[in-house]
Amino acid sequence: MNTITVLFYVFSAVLLFASFRVITARSTVHSALYLVLAFFNAACVWMLLRAEFLAIVLVLVYVGAVMVLFLFVVMMLDINSDQFRQGFWKHFPLAGMIGVVIALEMAFVLMRGFQPSQAPVADARALAMGNSRLLGIELYTHYLYPLQIAAVLLLVAIIAAIALTLRRRRDSRFIDVGQQVRVRKADRLRLIQMPPVVDLPSAPAPKEGGAQ
Amino acid sequence: MGPLTLGHYLSLGGVLFALSVVGIFMNRRNLIVLLMAIELMLLAVNLNFVAFSHYLGDMAGQVFVFFILTVAAAESAIGLAILVVLFRSRDSINVAELDELKG
Repeated sequence: MNTITVLFYVFSAVLLFASFRVITARSTVHSALYLVLAFFNAACVWMLLRAEFLAIVLVLVYVGAVMVLFLFVVMMLDINSDQFRQGFWKHFPLAGMIGVVIALEMAFVLMRGFQPSQAPVADARALAMGNSRLLGIELYTHYLYPLQIAAVLLLVAIIAAIALTLRRRRDSRFIDVGQQVRVRKADRLRLIQMPPVVDLPSAPAPKEGGAQ
Repeated sequence: MGPLTLGHYLSLGGVLFALSVVGIFMNRRNLIVLLMAIELMLLAVNLNFVAFSHYLGDMAGQVFVFFILTVAAAESAIGLAILVVLFRSRDSINVAELDELKG
């Protein structure tokens, strides 16, 4: 039982505890913070599997960006979390049974079928290059086209998220510049012909003292 | 306890996946916690990919995890945007109240 085994059990225990708290925490902010803990421990487990680049990316992208987004949304929406708690434990027997069945089935298949305990020994050249460089070589040679599709996907996601939440105020006054530029003289100024002197018809004298 | 095998990592992924399924069942009202449970599911799947990639000595698994992370980030961004729009129009994110399509 070497160091890696001990670390694996420690990280797994914290990961499972954090994910259990994610689904049972009373406050949504607490759920989000426990999810941060879960992602961090998953990154540690990936470190044990020598996937350093992905572990760092998980911490940077998830803990740094996605979870902060979650926290922003949770704090922006003024949610009364008590209404979600009604009947919370009522579903627990069914949900727990389904979860146990899923876990047992998976453990049964996995513990029978997948026993390789040693990773194939990486050759010295790959070890010297390191995980990030190997991943980069794979990404930019064999997977260049999928990489660009992923980039386009991210762009589409940015535009979609902005377009969904963009709100145009209806009560604000603004000037349409195009319409302003297209204005012609005839739209604003009307020249009329009128004689210099006009004889006004004598108006009937107002009847004064009508109130008396 | 013998040495760590591939089965250990896959079992961890399986238990994590089962936990998030339980979370989806129990938090059926709160849409934000549902999104978090989906993120946990994706994490379990990614854990399996990384474990296979390590024990089979193939980098393709890690490349796939890279793409899954991309898609998951896009998914959560759009999901949260939809959530914000929903909260603006309904003043609630209770899943039980979103039944306008029920006919």
